[in-house]
Amino acid sequence: MSLLELRDLSVTYAGDVPAVRGVSLSVAPGEVLGVAGESGCGKSTITNAVLRLLPKSATVGGSVLLDGEDVHGMSFGRLRAVRWATASIVFQGALHSLNAVRTIGRQIAEPILLHEPKTSRKAADLRVGELLEQVGLPARRARDYPHQLSGGQRQRVMIALALACRPRLVIADEPTTALDVMVQAQVLQLLSGLVKDLGLALVLISHDLSVLGTTCDRVAVMYAGKVVEEGPASVVFDDSRHPYSGALAGAFPRVGDPRFRYAPAGLAGDPPYPGDLPAGCPFHPRCPVAFDRCSEAEVELLDVGAGRRAACLRAGEAS
Amino acid sequence: MTAIAWQRRRATASRFWADFRSHRSALVGLGILLFFGLVAVFASVLADPAGLDVTKATAPAHAAPSGDHWLGTDQNGRSVLTLLIHGTRVSLIVGLAATAIAIVIGTVIGIMAGFYGGWARSTLMGLTDWFLVIPFLPLAIVMATVLGASLLNIIIVIGVTSWPGTARLVCAQTLSVRERPYMERARALGGGDWHQMTRHILPNVMPLVLAHVVLTVSVAILSETTLSFLGLGDPTRPSWGYILDNAYGTGAMSNGEWWFVLPPGLCVVAVVLAFTLVGRALEAVLNPRLREGS
Amino acid sequence: MSALAARGVHVRFGAARAVDGVDLEIGSGEIVALVGESGCGKSSLARALLGLVRPVRGTVECADRPLDYRRLKEFRRHVQLVLQDPSGSLNPRHTVYEAVAEGLRIHKVPGDERELVAAALSKAGLRPPERFFLRYPHELSGGQRQRVVIAGALVLEPDVLVADEPVSSLDASVRGEILALLLRLRTELGLSLLVVTHDLGLAWNIADRVAVMYLGRIVETGDTARVLTSPRHPYTKALLSVVPEIARQDPIVLKGEAPDPSRIPAGCRFRPRCPAYAAGLPAELAERCEKETLPVLPADRGHHAACVLP
Repeated sequence: MSLLELRDLSVTYAGDVPAVRGVSLSVAPGEVLGVAGESGCGKSTITNAVLRLLPKSATVGGSVLLDGEDVHGMSFGRLRAVRWATASIVFQGALHSLNAVRTIGRQIAEPILLHEPKTSRKAADLRVGELLEQVGLPARRARDYPHQLSGGQRQRVMIALALACRPRLVIADEPTTALDVMVQAQVLQLLSGLVKDLGLALVLISHDLSVLGTTCDRVAVMYAGKVVEEGPASVVFDDSRHPYSGALAGAFPRVGDPRFRYAPAGLAGDPPYPGDLPAGCPFHPRCPVAFDRCSEAEVELLDVGAGRRAACLRAGEAS
Repeated sequence: MTAIAWQRRRATASRFWADFRSHRSALVGLGILLFFGLVAVFASVLADPAGLDVTKATAPAHAAPSGDHWLGTDQNGRSVLTLLIHGTRVSLIVGLAATAIAIVIGTVIGIMAGFYGGWARSTLMGLTDWFLVIPFLPLAIVMATVLGASLLNIIIVIGVTSWPGTARLVCAQTLSVRERPYMERARALGGGDWHQMTRHILPNVMPLVLAHVVLTVSVAILSETTLSFLGLGDPTRPSWGYILDNAYGTGAMSNGEWWFVLPPGLCVVAVVLAFTLVGRALEAVLNPRLREGS
Repeated sequence: MSALAARGVHVRFGAARAVDGVDLEIGSGEIVALVGESGCGKSSLARALLGLVRPVRGTVECADRPLDYRRLKEFRRHVQLVLQDPSGSLNPRHTVYEAVAEGLRIHKVPGDERELVAAALSKAGLRPPERFFLRYPHELSGGQRQRVVIAGALVLEPDVLVADEPVSSLDASVRGEILALLLRLRTELGLSLLVVTHDLGLAWNIADRVAVMYLGRIVETGDTARVLTSPRHPYTKALLSVVPEIARQDPIVLKGEAPDPSRIPAGCRFRPRCPAYAAGLPAELAERCEKETLPVLPADRGHHAACVLP
């Protein structure tokens, strides 16, 4: 049974700006789901919708089921218990999400003491040391302040923080953006290890499809608030059926592949503003293979093979 | 192209006005300022300047308000209303001119200090701090005494004593602008220091300065009132402070001659308040950081 | 002939030896990628090549003549800069027209300013240019802003463009278009290009040659295809192995992060993180790693690696 299930989720921000327009996704324990997309595609809105962190002015449709329970129907007390203890988020920008004037040990202990008030100080400290070691930092670093850590170490602390209350679902929103390739590899390795060891369900959100391709089991590619392609990570990356996922995959080329030598792949134009989407398939103005029917009606996700779906009229054609 | 450029500028101006208009207190302030501005400009039309001449005063001294003299007369039999109307002009001139001096000095020193850094900054900011910690009144009194009592000297005294706030503000803003990538781009394009300061730093500092100007004016008017009240003003150009000084000096306050004391006092309060209201609103509209917070 | 070159360049910031002896040449019409992690000194080297930072030792050469720091303004017309973050590198209070015309005004370039600006904008792919003249940066998308920055550099008709992470803050689908533009500028205008990046995929996309930098030195350099398909330095190998891909060898994930440039280890500077050294080397080779100071790699077109391993 899936731990997190989005059923036809839609989120509209004030001013009639539809950020998410009917997204259905699910993740099971021990599974890594990747969500790929660019700025404004709605991927971060989904993160916030799962833990009900959206602004009050946003209208939410559909449902978010966490362990079978609708998050948007929970009482506030229940919601607080669920946040962190069942599902937690690793936010991007580790420098700004940590409090600069408290030791990282105190910051990691905070959610533990909040959720299990009976925990003794000593037990909490023990747990903090355990968590730090789990993310590859020595337990003694608990006494350090955020500025004493490097960017990669701070990101590790963010992960330890997310794991503090033994959640079963972790959502990582661009966990490696702004990190160097080597540090990015370290963080991804750590996340994959945690999924294996703890049986976590992990949702990895990134604009870099190549990162998702290596780390995830399944990938959903989002464009203009909708999932445009979904399937096993490696095939979506290698043999995409939606021209947009193809373009995303090509944006981070395979080093050594002669097809990309002196041939950077990109799309003309820019991602659309959510409040002003083109008619028909929202991707058609930028699509290299669009034809007249594309501008007529929006395309729903179609089955295109084993566990794969794509929202494209030409998805059936072999690429 | 100029036609489109003007169209754009008009659009920017109307957007600015719409933002500004949403601050109701600012509109009240603007209304008050407009009123005093008109009074200052048409002072000679509203009240015959001959009424300022002590030798030509025929009315009794210390007279209560009457049909002839709506706000009564002073110790020399001059109409307080006439003095008040002409005082508006002097007070506003002093306030604006002194502010202009303060802003120019403050902006130049602030930009230089922020842009060059190093010993230039320590020296200039040291000087600024020095001016900031010296109590204003003794310094102004000494300067006014040495320079002599004239309108121009009052302006200079207030101008050179009220720039440090502006300098600090401009320096801080310059420091932040200096680190922006477009400054590096300007250097790589071949732009020299002058180019960087005038084309990039100044336009990004100006909005803050503009909001600060308005606040400085109110302080300058208050300072003028203070100095005049202490008898350091120009005796030939009556200002609000001068009226208050006369009222105090001739015992009007203890005799309950409210018409002599209250009107100039209220005028000072009204103008200072108006400038402050407008200044706060300008700050909110022009400073994006404050705007984000709202 | 080289369009721009560094000869034994050292750049210091206090105790930090940001650039610690680099020879690098960018040939006429050549695209060179300078690759490395943050803090490796690649941006400092780029700034030294632009004349924005003065090296404590070594010289920068422009068209085979040493850079004269008293005549920087003239040099600026030859070498121009494109920065990483296009939203930050445009003054928010200047219109597109003003941003592009800035260089013309600084250098008092003769001719019709309007025409020159329009030509530069079209070269950068903003067509029709007149439509963009009066826009402000915040009204443009990331890709358009970067094109404005590029147009602002092109308007001076430089021979060399130094681009510091030109696409890393852009949306994925927009990157390709900007890279394609850079390639087109080379073929159409004969521009030379130094691209500073941490992204090996980008180097593979557009660069003729690659120089890999580690802790202030270039540790491997050569033809892009050679270096990226058969790397010789263990650091290059590790970097390549962590580029996310589907089918690949096991990643060599190095421990820790790039060390402090104010405390460069003796011997081979990569030794403390070197997987080959850690795996155990014959005593005689290991000793060379610990003691031997490796020479600065030559700036020629060959494939060189600063490593004692064969």
